[in-house]
Amino acid sequence: MAIVERPATPALQLPAGPQATARPLGAFTRPSSTVGWKSWLTSVDHKRIGIMYGASALLFFILGGVEALMIRVQLTAPDSKLYSADLYNQIFTMHGVTMIFLVVMPMGAAFMNYLMPLQIGARDVAFPRLNAFSFWTFLFGGLFLNTSWFLGGGADGGWFAYAPNTSVTFSPSHGMDFYALGLQITGIASLVGAVNLIVTVLNMRAPGMTLMKMPVFTWMSFVTQLLLVFALPVISVALVLLTLDRTFDANFFNVEAGADPLLWEHLFWIFGHPEVYILILPAFGVVSEIIPVFSRKPIFGYPFMVFSGIAIGFMGWGVWAHHMFASGMGPISVAAFSMSTMFIAVPTGVKILNWLATMWGGRIKFTTPMLFAIGLVTMFTIGGLSGVTHAVAPADTQQTDTYYIVAHFHYVIFGGALFAFLGGFYFWWPKVFGYFLNDKVGKWQFWLTLIGFNMTFGPMHILGLQGMPRRQHSYKADYGFELWNYVATVGAFIIALSMLVFGWNILQSWRSHKANPVEPGPDPWDARSLEWMTASPVPTHNFDTVPTVSHLDEFWHRKYAEDETGRVVRVKSSEEVAQKGDAKNVHLPSPSYWPIVLAAGLPLIGYGLMFHLGFAALGAAVVLLAAYGWGLEPADDPEAAHGHGHDDDDNHNGRDESDDDVSASAEEDPVGSRVGTAEAGEASASAKDEGKSND
Amino acid sequence: MTDVAVETSPTLEAEEHHGTSTGISNEKLAMWVFLGSDCLLFGALISTYLLVRHRSESGPEALRDPSHVFDIPFTSVSSFVLLMSSLTMALAVGAIHRGDVRRCQAFLATTALLGATFIGGQVYEFTAFYNEGLGFTTNLFGSAFYTLTGFHGVHVSVGIMFLMSLVVMSLKGNLGPDKAETVEIFGLYWHFVDIVWILIFTIVYLIP
Repeated sequence: MAIVERPATPALQLPAGPQATARPLGAFTRPSSTVGWKSWLTSVDHKRIGIMYGASALLFFILGGVEALMIRVQLTAPDSKLYSADLYNQIFTMHGVTMIFLVVMPMGAAFMNYLMPLQIGARDVAFPRLNAFSFWTFLFGGLFLNTSWFLGGGADGGWFAYAPNTSVTFSPSHGMDFYALGLQITGIASLVGAVNLIVTVLNMRAPGMTLMKMPVFTWMSFVTQLLLVFALPVISVALVLLTLDRTFDANFFNVEAGADPLLWEHLFWIFGHPEVYILILPAFGVVSEIIPVFSRKPIFGYPFMVFSGIAIGFMGWGVWAHHMFASGMGPISVAAFSMSTMFIAVPTGVKILNWLATMWGGRIKFTTPMLFAIGLVTMFTIGGLSGVTHAVAPADTQQTDTYYIVAHFHYVIFGGALFAFLGGFYFWWPKVFGYFLNDKVGKWQFWLTLIGFNMTFGPMHILGLQGMPRRQHSYKADYGFELWNYVATVGAFIIALSMLVFGWNILQSWRSHKANPVEPGPDPWDARSLEWMTASPVPTHNFDTVPTVSHLDEFWHRKYAEDETGRVVRVKSSEEVAQKGDAKNVHLPSPSYWPIVLAAGLPLIGYGLMFHLGFAALGAAVVLLAAYGWGLEPADDPEAAHGHGHDDDDNHNGRDESDDDVSASAEEDPVGSRVGTAEAGEASASAKDEGKSND
Repeated sequence: MTDVAVETSPTLEAEEHHGTSTGISNEKLAMWVFLGSDCLLFGALISTYLLVRHRSESGPEALRDPSHVFDIPFTSVSSFVLLMSSLTMALAVGAIHRGDVRRCQAFLATTALLGATFIGGQVYEFTAFYNEGLGFTTNLFGSAFYTLTGFHGVHVSVGIMFLMSLVVMSLKGNLGPDKAETVEIFGLYWHFVDIVWILIFTIVYLIP
């Protein structure tokens, strides 16, 4: 697909003028609206796509949360008979699958899509239409997975779906087919998204933005996307094999035919362990943005932050078999993976220490985002420490498949990723939507979440060490599990309450903003990175002019400088530095129908493979047609391109280079002149480029 | 050989500047990243095959050992055909870089034809094995063999569709020297698929 997309020039000079008349395949007139609900269906704007990722993730979060509450209700008291073991299996499997693939991953994708292009000073991602395709494919895949509830029952083999336990013999409903095909579809979404964002980071950086000047969040996103690109094909193969076994009677997991049941475990965890870092690294990035801003200090040890992230990215590939210590794979493998698992705690520990050192001696402002960030640092550390206990293989053999494991991974995924994303919502909400979430309500939410979270998952450590196995739909009254199970259920409802507070905060803050607007301005937190250097909410074109970068924390360096005595003082207000966001005639990528049409074909193929191959043929036809329609449609509409040509062509008559010089004279000049300035910067940067390659 | 022609092509200069941070165009970089990802796809499939190929415990005894089934001379010929398609692909890229649209067209069509010949050989091979009694569900080896080679066959088939689309574009006059990079990027994919076949041929057919 990428081949036929025309090169997106750095500024993505994108049309605002007369709209699109091309009719690829004669099927649709090219969409042109930029307002109204329909425009969201065809939008290729990375910010809208980010918002849609976030909204979908929150919707699935409600679903996964309800499933979690159902689990807790069943386990409140011993000998519970609310649901059958079969239904219970479906509920916990779908809870896990939903939370991992449809909540935490897309929430990370929401932040990455929205922020990463802004943080590197780009107008959009490298392939805007592919970005839209990723989102719609994810959404349709998620919906497809959840329609299983109405078509014979949800998946019931656990989120890691160990084959042959998930073969037709042991799991006769269509649940596992939905699992295999649904994850295949969301996998396509993530893979395409990953290719897109990797190219964006490498290719679309603003002039002067070298790799080591990128914000930590962008770095962590980049590492995450690399993990995705290499991990997803492995799970794709595993899922294909499972589908072939279940649907076409292949023998990959048929032990009677000689199959090795460890095959699935290896394939799954070679994907599954990098997946853990795919979930947590964006969260680490979010926290690395929040903590410096509210500690009033730069991030401590930036290169260490970056390289520890990269180290995690590499080492994450060498620890997968610690999920399999109880599988009998032999003492040498166990010893090797035990060692590597202990080692991977080191780069993670580096990050924890760097966050602490960033806060150390800072003037900390305990706002809601900061509280959630500190929540990650503390809760993730607890989860990390219990993780190290799993690395000790003999201990792990005792802990495997008990609630101790459940406690561990909820401390890292909920206490880690979700805390960070909640903090991220509070932090970037004014930037994205142009109004503040109420800080006081936010603090209530934080404390409720923290208390509920620890009440729910803290006791599970004890339950696990007492020997309570996970995935059992009930337990006997005389096992001594009653008290802590009861506490955990109460905790789960406190978490649910805290999420209701969050929803209420969103609504109420919006209402009070409508009644009595408080404009956050471009830079409400006195922040450091480029996304704060443009208006709130961010205009469609992101930046009036692409900024030229000379520092890590570029925006901060434009606001602050050292005076004669070497003290750091504020030299400019945020409003002076930030762009107004009112530039006209910026050339933007044209919206397109094809991404959503192409994405819609994939679930059809999925249903077809289960129920009637006719649907699959129809789905394949849709995919094929849409692919050709897409290919024949130019990425940028040429009709719309002219009239406000490439910025470098006109009106830069050798203006000053003040954009390069941070402490340069006051920048009172209007937007127009800054346009000239940045162009000069851009032009000189490209001139330098040419110089280099001519050498 | 033709790559030398590419290197000295006057269009090279123009191609090095795409206004991107790395100097590589977005499309080409995306293709490299995708191919990196595809390595892991075939890596997982080949590992699966290596794990299971001698473990079959069901179906007729004679069909459990891969070496009893393969027709090495036949597959060698079809492998050679596929490798030759890489040569014509490289020639097509060279031609379009020189601005020789007609020759590019011809080489692209030849590449598609050679690819289709390979697929034809695979269809013939699958049919022959099936008639000998080795079906997809017969035993573990059958499942793994058809899946691995089938995945590769799908990659080649998608490539052929792309090639035919490029030829049609070219016939309509939409694939001039300005689109040389499109041909080049597709060439990356095609060569990759060929290299994967070299691995599969060695691992599946030649190593006993």
